[in-house]
Amino acid sequence: MTAALRFDPIRLPPECEQLRKEVRAFLADEIAAGTFDPHRPVQEDADNREFSRRVGEKGWLGMTWPKKYGGHERSFLERYVVTEEMRVANAPVRRFFVADRQSGPVLLKYAPEHIKMDILPRICRGEICFSIGMSEPNSGSDLFAAKTKATKTDGGFLINGSKIWTTSAHIADYMIAIFRTSPPTKENRRHGLTQFLVNMKTPGIKVNPIDQITGQQEFNEVVFTDAFIPDDHMLGEIDGAWKQATSELAYERSGPERFLETYYTLTELVRAVGPEPDTRSAEGIGRLVAQLHTMRRMSVSVAGMLQAGKEPVVEASIVKDIGTVWEQQLPHRVRELAAFVDDNASNHATLDEMLDFAIKTAPKLTIQGGTTEVLRGIIARGLGLR
Amino acid sequence: MTETDNIVAETAERIFADLADAQTINHDKQGSWKAPLWQALAENGLALSWVPEDCDGSGTSMAEGFSVLSVAGRAGVSVPLAETMLAGWLLAQGKIKSPAGMMTVAPANTRDRLTLNGDGTISGRARGIPFAREAKHIAVVAGSSIALIDASACKIDAGLSLAGDHSDTVHLDKVKPTAIAKAPAGIDEKALLLMGALARSLQIAGALETMLSISVQYSGERVAFEKKISKFQAVQHNLAKLAGETSAALAAASSAADAFSHGAPIDDALFLEAAAAKIRCSEAAEKGAAIAHQVHGAIGFTQEHILHRYTLRALAWRDDFGSESYWAVELGKLVANLGADELWPLVASR
Repeated sequence: MTAALRFDPIRLPPECEQLRKEVRAFLADEIAAGTFDPHRPVQEDADNREFSRRVGEKGWLGMTWPKKYGGHERSFLERYVVTEEMRVANAPVRRFFVADRQSGPVLLKYAPEHIKMDILPRICRGEICFSIGMSEPNSGSDLFAAKTKATKTDGGFLINGSKIWTTSAHIADYMIAIFRTSPPTKENRRHGLTQFLVNMKTPGIKVNPIDQITGQQEFNEVVFTDAFIPDDHMLGEIDGAWKQATSELAYERSGPERFLETYYTLTELVRAVGPEPDTRSAEGIGRLVAQLHTMRRMSVSVAGMLQAGKEPVVEASIVKDIGTVWEQQLPHRVRELAAFVDDNASNHATLDEMLDFAIKTAPKLTIQGGTTEVLRGIIARGLGLR
Repeated sequence: MTETDNIVAETAERIFADLADAQTINHDKQGSWKAPLWQALAENGLALSWVPEDCDGSGTSMAEGFSVLSVAGRAGVSVPLAETMLAGWLLAQGKIKSPAGMMTVAPANTRDRLTLNGDGTISGRARGIPFAREAKHIAVVAGSSIALIDASACKIDAGLSLAGDHSDTVHLDKVKPTAIAKAPAGIDEKALLLMGALARSLQIAGALETMLSISVQYSGERVAFEKKISKFQAVQHNLAKLAGETSAALAAASSAADAFSHGAPIDDALFLEAAAAKIRCSEAAEKGAAIAHQVHGAIGFTQEHILHRYTLRALAWRDDFGSESYWAVELGKLVANLGADELWPLVASR
């Protein structure tokens, strides 16, 4: 019999509504002050560093973490509201988002106490930026194939090799990475990988930028040459990072950032179409809104399950799969519908510019955080097919 | 199958499991399973779930009633349970007592209107009325009134849905209602269509759950090229997509049912919930049916296999109470009218 799929109709509790108002007011002030332009998803010039600090001051980083580490002990659902409002406004979240979503929770779980006390409060204040070192040249989603070595030496490890597709490594203060500490065994090909906290200022680390097809630069190649990592920067068990890394990926899946990345194209289409759409535009917009609403209800449902302490692995993978496929298709559907919008409409130029960027961004959406193929494998396992 | 949350849904599960076994029904060309199934549904008060006790119903909550529809969808049988529940709900809005026996509702097509004449009779044509030929009574909205009509007073042209279920055209020529009442504020043709659309969404999501379940099961039985087909990555990925479509349908339908269970007036947010459910569930029916048949291969295309009961019904239910394109146009107009900057606040309002 099939695994039961559950998507309970979770509603956001009342405290989320108050919080949503606060986030919207904050973002409106930032927009008015010129920090960023909500109509421009390309935020090269946005004041990330200062914005990051102000978000920290509001108490919106490390929201669910213990107070003794600078956290705020609020719910996943409150964090959910902050994330979706930031995404929808095209706020420049790059500097803090990875640390808040992924790196912080990993440190909370696996880092020694003195490191938690040192680093977590700085994440909460929006002072530091993290990147993730999982992929390597010729490995990518295939973590088993990771080769970059951590060799035991006096008081720590020496790292040799390279990581690739590391988002924000060029501005990051730290990286959480997996390295090979011993070869896989015959019985367990997942054996032999260990997770480390890497200070990016360590000698022997070189960051080489990789330009993207959007013209932006977020990705990097990071080359390690005898870079020294002290013993207490090892996270969790030696040779046991496989399970840790995959649970880390669970934080990457199912959140609002997994279906809202190209949302701005839909808003701009509605703006360009105006209040009295023809039947074709109305139907197109209606379908997209129905799909968006459904995605969001699925995503909130998974957030509610996480809040309740459940582990909705299959449901989270489903949300990431259909969410990223949806946000990838969205700009193309908007483009089709926009073909019939009056070219002279004053806002058409904005729509064109946004579509251009969204269509260029779209190919990566089903790759980052686990490719569609990998996710469908996880879903198939959940269905009992393997 | 999804675990059930309440005793009403458990009762429905048990009745369908006992009396609507898929293989038996498929081999019973005479339809002799129908009478005992209906009798059990009626005797256990499920058919009049949404009718308060003072209107001769069982006074079940909206939420529990919706869960009965999910169960009915999973069973995928040709029985007017949803229709009788909708009729009872509509009549109760006008404080009209529900008669015993099968009922249906009209209009169920977005372009049909029934008129209340000056002499208190009702006229008009209503197409695509599910089970009109089997129903003893039809609950209708005519103008701003709710009325109970004796089906034998109408001329009924037989029709069939895509799934081969009765889908008839009902002609009312100055028919005198058995009972009539003024509809309360907010209860009109559109409200009936929305409730009907929501009922169909839950049924479609339920049918998809069964389609997923039997497809997964079949993939573990069927051997091709010396392997179970469930071991082929292409098949696994297809089933993962089917799980995705099923999940989307479940999430959309159960969210809308939850929204309607709180008895709020039909505002923009509630409209979004119901319209989105019908649109997304209908899209899922199309994609899901294609995958389920692909996984089953040629055997799933035969009358003798049970698959068509779920796939064809899920596809047929798209057409009742407004198709996905109808609701998409209505939702698109609403969104355009509210304006670009109100779209996110609307979506995030719940």
